[in-house]
Amino acid sequence: MTSVAATRTASPRPGSLPRYDGRGLLGPGLATTYLGLIVLIPVAAVALRSVQGGLDGFVRAVSSPQAQAALLLTFVLALLVVAINAVAGTMIAWVLVRDDFPGKRFVNALIDLPFALPTIVAGLTLITLYGARSPFGVNIAYTQLGILVALLFVTLPFVVRSVQPVLLELDRDMEEAAASLGAGTPTILRRIVLPNLMPAILTGSALAFARAIGEFGSVVLISGNIPYKTEAASVYIISQIENDNTGGAAAVSVVLLAASLVMLALLDLVRRRSSRHDASV
Amino acid sequence: MTAQSLGQPAAAVTRLAIQEQRFGRVARYGVRGVALGYLAFLLVLPVAMVFIRTFERGLEPVLETLQTPAFRSAFVLTLTITLIAVPANTVFGIVAALVLVRRRFPGRALLNAVIDLPFALSPVIIGLSLILVYSNTTGWLGGVLNDLNIRVLFALPGMVLATIFVALPFVVREVMPVLREIGTDQEEAAYTLGASKWKTFWSITLPSIKWAVIYGVILTTARSLGEFGAVAVVSGKLAGKTETLTLHVEEQFLRLNLVGAYTASIVLALMAVAVLIGMELYQSGRFRRRPTASEADVAVEEKA
Repeated sequence: MTSVAATRTASPRPGSLPRYDGRGLLGPGLATTYLGLIVLIPVAAVALRSVQGGLDGFVRAVSSPQAQAALLLTFVLALLVVAINAVAGTMIAWVLVRDDFPGKRFVNALIDLPFALPTIVAGLTLITLYGARSPFGVNIAYTQLGILVALLFVTLPFVVRSVQPVLLELDRDMEEAAASLGAGTPTILRRIVLPNLMPAILTGSALAFARAIGEFGSVVLISGNIPYKTEAASVYIISQIENDNTGGAAAVSVVLLAASLVMLALLDLVRRRSSRHDASV
Repeated sequence: MTAQSLGQPAAAVTRLAIQEQRFGRVARYGVRGVALGYLAFLLVLPVAMVFIRTFERGLEPVLETLQTPAFRSAFVLTLTITLIAVPANTVFGIVAALVLVRRRFPGRALLNAVIDLPFALSPVIIGLSLILVYSNTTGWLGGVLNDLNIRVLFALPGMVLATIFVALPFVVREVMPVLREIGTDQEEAAYTLGASKWKTFWSITLPSIKWAVIYGVILTTARSLGEFGAVAVVSGKLAGKTETLTLHVEEQFLRLNLVGAYTASIVLALMAVAVLIGMELYQSGRFRRRPTASEADVAVEEKA
C-alpha cells in the first residue's frame, strides 16, 4: 500500500491519471470570502458590540428587568412549543405515513405551508381568525397564548418532516416480531416504534426551538408587544435598536444566538450517536 | 404502505394486522382526528379566513388596491431584491457545496459550520448585525461608506444583503448530500477522456445535481419573497421607497387599511402556494425513487 502511494507522489505525471478536482484555492477562496462578508463580519460585529461596555455592560444589558422579562417569556414559550410539537408533530407524521384517508396528499403538501408562507402573512392570518373580529369569538390577540399559537404555526413542519421519512423506512419486521411474541399494540408503540423515532423527534424539536426563540414576523402583530407581558425577545431587540441602544440589543442577541447554537450542537451530538447505532443510514 | 405489507410473509402479517385492526378503529380515528383537527385550526382555517375577509366586499376593493402606487412599488421592490438575492445565493451555493464536499483546505470545517448560522439567527439579529457594520454614523464601514457616498442602510443594498444573509444556506444544504452520493467517477471519466473542467462541470456535474439546485432555488426564492424581520430592521420602512411587500402588509394593517393588508397577503400567499406546488412535485418524485447515483448513469447512457 505505502509503496503505491509513494510512487504516486514521487512521479505525479507519467502513468497517473489527471485529477478532475482542482487543487487551486479559487473555489474555497470565493466561498469563504462571500460567507465572510455576508455572514461572519456582521455576526462578529454583534458579538463585539455586546461586550463593548465590558462584561459588566453585557450583564447589565441582559439583566435589565425588561430584557429579562422578554427572555424569560421567549424561552418558556419555546419550551412549550417544543413539547407540543414533539407530540402533535409525531402524531401528524404517523397519520401521514401509517393512516390512509381521502385528501392525504393534500394534507401532506399542506405541512410545508408555514415554510412557504411569509411570516407576516402567517401572523395576519392568525389575528384574523383569533383576533378581535374572530368568527369563533376567541380573542387571543395581545396575549401570551397568541404568541404561542403563532410560534406553533411557524414551527409545525420541523418535527413532522424529520419524523416522516424515518417512519416511512421503519422496518415493519421488528413490529411483526414483537407482535408474534405477544406484544400488544401499545407495547409495540412504546418499546419499538417510539425509540426508533426518538432521534428524529429530537432533531425536529431542536430545530423548532431554535426557530421559536428568534421568531419575529408572525409574532409581531398578534403579540401587541406590551413590555413585561407580551414582548418577545426579538421584538425587544427591535425596540432597543429603534431607541439607539444597539448595545442592549446586541447583548440580548448574543444570549439568543448562544441558546440556539447550544441546541444545534446537542442536535449534532444526537445525530452522530444515532448514525453510529444505525449503520444503514 | 399497501405494497409494502403485501410483500411481507403472510403469517406474520396476519398477527400484526389483526392486532392493529383490533386496536385500530378507535385509536386510529382518534389519532387521525386530533392530527387533522390540529392542522385545521392552526393552518387551514386561519388561511381560509384571510381569503374570506379579503373578498368580503367583492372583487373591486382588491383590484383597486392592486392599482395603488404603494402596492405596486412594494411588489416591484420585492421582485427586484429576490432577483438579485436568488442568483447570488445559487452561484455561491453550488460553489460552496462543491468545495465543501470535494476539497480539503484550511478553514473548511469553519466554513461548513458557519454556513448554517443564518438558520440559527433570528432575522432581527441579522438586521442588527448589518446596522452595526453599515450604519453611516456608527457602523464599522460607516466612514468608508460616507467617503464613497454610498447608502447601504435604508436603501436597496442593505435590503439585498439582509435577504442574501437569511436565505444563504438553502442551496448549499440541498446540493451537498447529492454531490456526496454521486461521487466523482463520472467526472473523472469525462475529464480523463479530455473534457475540459468547464465542460465536465456543465455536462456531468450540473445535470446530476440539477434537482437539488432547483429545490434549493425554490426554497431560497420563497424565503427571499417572504423575508420580513431582517428587512424590517435595515429598510427604514419608507413607504413607496424601501417598503417591500411584507413590510407593506404590516404597514397597511397598522394603518387599519385591512383590505390593503389582506390583498398584499393574498399575493404573497399565492406565491407561497406556487412554491408549495413546486416542493410537492419535487418531493413526490424524490420519495418514489431515491438513488441519484444511478440517475447519473442513466443520464450518461442517454447522452451516449
